[in-house]
Amino acid sequence: MSLSKLLERIAQLVPVLLGVSVIAFTMMALTPGDPVQIMIGDQAITAEQEAQLRHDMGLDRPMVERFFIFLGNTTHFDFGESFYHKRPVADVIAERLPATIELSLVALVVALATAIPLGVLAAIKKNSIFDRIATVGSLLGVSLPGFWFGILLLMLFAVHLHLLPVSGRIGFDSEVPSVTGFLLIDTLVAGNMKAFGDAVAHLILPAITLGLPMTAILMRVTRTSMLEVLRQDYVTFADAKGLSRRRVLFRHALKNALIPTVSVAAIETGSLLGGNMIVETVYGWPGLGRLVVESIFLRNYPLVQAAVLFYAVTYVLLNFVADLLYTVLNPRVKL
Amino acid sequence: MKDALLEVRDLRTVFETRAGRICAVDGVSVAVRRGECLGIVGESGSGKSVTFASVMGLVKAPGRIESGTIVFDGRDLRGLSPRQMRAVRGRDIAMTMQDALTALNPALSVGEQIAEVLEAHDETLPARGAARRKAIRKASIEMLGLVGIPSAETRLRQYPHEFSGGMRQRIMIAIALACRPKLLIADEPTTALDVTIQAQVLELISDIRAKLGMSVALITHDLGVVAEHCDRVMVMYAGQVVEEGPTTEVIGAPKHPYTQGLLASIPRPALRGQPIHPIEGQVPDLIGLAPQCRFYSRCTQRREACLAPVEMRAAGPAHNARCILIGGDEE
Repeated sequence: MSLSKLLERIAQLVPVLLGVSVIAFTMMALTPGDPVQIMIGDQAITAEQEAQLRHDMGLDRPMVERFFIFLGNTTHFDFGESFYHKRPVADVIAERLPATIELSLVALVVALATAIPLGVLAAIKKNSIFDRIATVGSLLGVSLPGFWFGILLLMLFAVHLHLLPVSGRIGFDSEVPSVTGFLLIDTLVAGNMKAFGDAVAHLILPAITLGLPMTAILMRVTRTSMLEVLRQDYVTFADAKGLSRRRVLFRHALKNALIPTVSVAAIETGSLLGGNMIVETVYGWPGLGRLVVESIFLRNYPLVQAAVLFYAVTYVLLNFVADLLYTVLNPRVKL
Repeated sequence: MKDALLEVRDLRTVFETRAGRICAVDGVSVAVRRGECLGIVGESGSGKSVTFASVMGLVKAPGRIESGTIVFDGRDLRGLSPRQMRAVRGRDIAMTMQDALTALNPALSVGEQIAEVLEAHDETLPARGAARRKAIRKASIEMLGLVGIPSAETRLRQYPHEFSGGMRQRIMIAIALACRPKLLIADEPTTALDVTIQAQVLELISDIRAKLGMSVALITHDLGVVAEHCDRVMVMYAGQVVEEGPTTEVIGAPKHPYTQGLLASIPRPALRGQPIHPIEGQVPDLIGLAPQCRFYSRCTQRREACLAPVEMRAAGPAHNARCILIGGDEE
């Protein structure tokens, strides 16, 4: 990939982000509810105090002016101060991000590790009982709403069977110094295997709930593209060469069949971040998703705007990663 | 047949489809002698490709071999396990496909696609390690050289799409021949190529056949190709062999009306200005065939007796055809 193409990609980010900024700002600004009123709650304050508060938050200016202030600040990575935390939004987000990334990556790994083998198997054993179960299962996986499925898992494994913890990232009794913010790494760095096990136990249900729709989608994509590839002449030719069944399936067929799977996975990883809002809320996961949900209720404009921008950038970057992976798997494509 | 490398007897390959049972290969017997080039001619759907897919054990579902024997080099191939059959494919019997663009894997380098055949079959290679890799690389370069691909060392790293059509065809031939098979099944090797490249590829196959002493089964619908390159020819129609014999006899004095029709439909420079004569009608639907001569509906010389099953008849010492006109006892 050439430097000019890379620059072109980065340049493409500008209009996308500009558009997202407009949407993020106006959606928040037009949402009914007044952050000042929410902040005051039922405290008794004077009209002057309220006006002062409004002025301090910059909410007394016209909307258009506020938008351009927001845009100007954003260009030098100043996202303002969280109304609620009274700290820079960037700091609050950075603090919550590792939990979300950790959960998303584990969900991604779980999804890939189950979807690809299941999809390949379903394709090889097309129309078998296994294929039918997998296909129906994937339909369920896509259709089951995360909040419902998550609560179901919680009731079974946490409430009734007491096998797994109900919420949070780690038990209160585990003290681990924060190095990376990723608990799986931090517990290992601290050499605290008990805490590591605890962190894993906390991850299992949220990761499954978050990864399920993606698993279902990736399984279907893998199955379909594998079926398509198995019909190709080069698979017949590979068979005619007397190669082992394993080599024909995995080296010749799967390498080609994975091309769509990888693209979809990279794009779907963007939805994982979005799906986090529900799953993090259900499992009390202290990540960005839950923070955003809370912030929306509190009309915490700066934080929501910054988070939406963050999601947009991540989405664009993941698409870019998908394109890069595409060239690795498919030598015919040059970026 | 004496000195036969491959001998297929009464092969019947059927496809069970929703529309009904299709007998794509219906009682075909064919032999390929050591060192000879046998041409197999027929229209699409005549069963020529399925016959040889059956030999390779590569008939895909819903197709299956129903009956018949396939003896190759003294071994009954139908009695082999899938594992044993894999050892035969690529090593003893190799195949090239019609279009190298689709037959070569787009995601794997050309070098890997040659190396993996050697890896799978070549027992003369060193057992493992750098010596084995080096030997495989050397053999791969040698094969590409044999099929006439210049600067093979650097081209091993390239992918199929980086080669021209003719080059790709050569690469596919190199892969097929990497283990020096005894029999090469070349399925329409020239159909996808430009006329100028066609001749080169056929010359290449003939050259290598002479060099390696292998047999070739050349599947084609081009009688011109057969006339130039094949020792013997077999003509197939609607799943059956309708005529077989030495090329000079079959082309010089065709006995079956279908073969005659095929020859009459070839445009010839000597007959410039005269209309060419295509065979009227179409290949019959293979579902629910009547027991009559399958060419009946298109035959210009058909008669009542053709409505009964027609067996192969001797038209010469090594020349047979499936037509009641042979031998004069047409009743």
